[in-house]
Amino acid sequence: MEHHVLSVKTYASVYAALLVLLVLTVVAANFNFGTFNIVVALIIGVTKAVLVILYFMGVKFGTRLIWLWASIGFVWFVLLFLTLGDYITRGSVIGW
Amino acid sequence: MSAEAVHAEHGLEQHVGVQYSTIEQQNESYIVGMWTFLVTEIMFFGALFLALTIYRSLYPAEFSEAHHRLDKFLGTVNTFILLSSSFSMALAVRYAQLGQRKGLIAMLLVTVLFAAGFLGVKSIEYGTKFEHHLFPGPSFDFNYEEREKQGIAEGGMAARGEEQAAVAGPIGLETNRTTGPVLEDRKQMFFVLYFAMTGLHAIHVLIGMVVMLVIILLAAIDHPAVRDYIPIEMAGLYWHFVDIVWIFLFPLLYLIGH
Repeated sequence: MEHHVLSVKTYASVYAALLVLLVLTVVAANFNFGTFNIVVALIIGVTKAVLVILYFMGVKFGTRLIWLWASIGFVWFVLLFLTLGDYITRGSVIGW
Repeated sequence: MSAEAVHAEHGLEQHVGVQYSTIEQQNESYIVGMWTFLVTEIMFFGALFLALTIYRSLYPAEFSEAHHRLDKFLGTVNTFILLSSSFSMALAVRYAQLGQRKGLIAMLLVTVLFAAGFLGVKSIEYGTKFEHHLFPGPSFDFNYEEREKQGIAEGGMAARGEEQAAVAGPIGLETNRTTGPVLEDRKQMFFVLYFAMTGLHAIHVLIGMVVMLVIILLAAIDHPAVRDYIPIEMAGLYWHFVDIVWIFLFPLLYLIGH
């Protein structure tokens, strides 16, 4: 894996995008979308996380093995949250 | 004579261990190793995020009321600080990749300062929560702040006791499971999760600061261990992970009640 040195401009653009998304999530929290409050917050959160993972953590320029390893954590996360299936089918967790 | 091959360019110096064929293979192994650790960290925090999801779904009204006690402004400030620290950390790693020691040290110092600022704000928040009796435990009293404002805080414990007695009834049986103390317990659960999650996160910030300070010291004496950029790259991966955890903690705890 040759180390891919990104330009300062790339990092600065990602940082600027993260700050815009921060403002967006704080502003969005002042509006009531009902059940979608959490959906909006999570979409913005995931976007920020993906930016950090791809650029700051450099996965975008990593080898296929690094891609695989970085993805495994999220596969686990999905498996973990399947636990909710138990709660939902017992009717104890109604909505988000 | 050392059997190691040395890869040097600019101020960068990488020694290939005997167990590796190429420098590329060695670099990849380190990064994959670090990601393996980060996956275990995702499991660690993941369980707490699942607990938060379940409890907020079970008690939406109480969690919504409780989350308003968190300081949104300070939470936003801390998110800004942590995102900035991730940016300076990315630049530190970039300097390490280029073998520029001074830039590396400067950027790591900036990152450590951001981290200290984060913990400073966090300690102000924690202090206020303790003051308002919002730390989970025997002294937890959700309405303490409100009563204090009304100037009847002195009679607080007695009033609370009467309230509980009234709900429990003369024979001490819970007649209605969704009144008084039960609701208070649900609000307390929010603070259990708040302190568990942000506390665990703060410990990670503290460990990150120690790691960065060690790298700064090693770089300052031009220690061979940090002439290779990989240790800094690994510290960077850890730091960005800590940032990502906060990216989710902030909206889920501070912004969205239910």
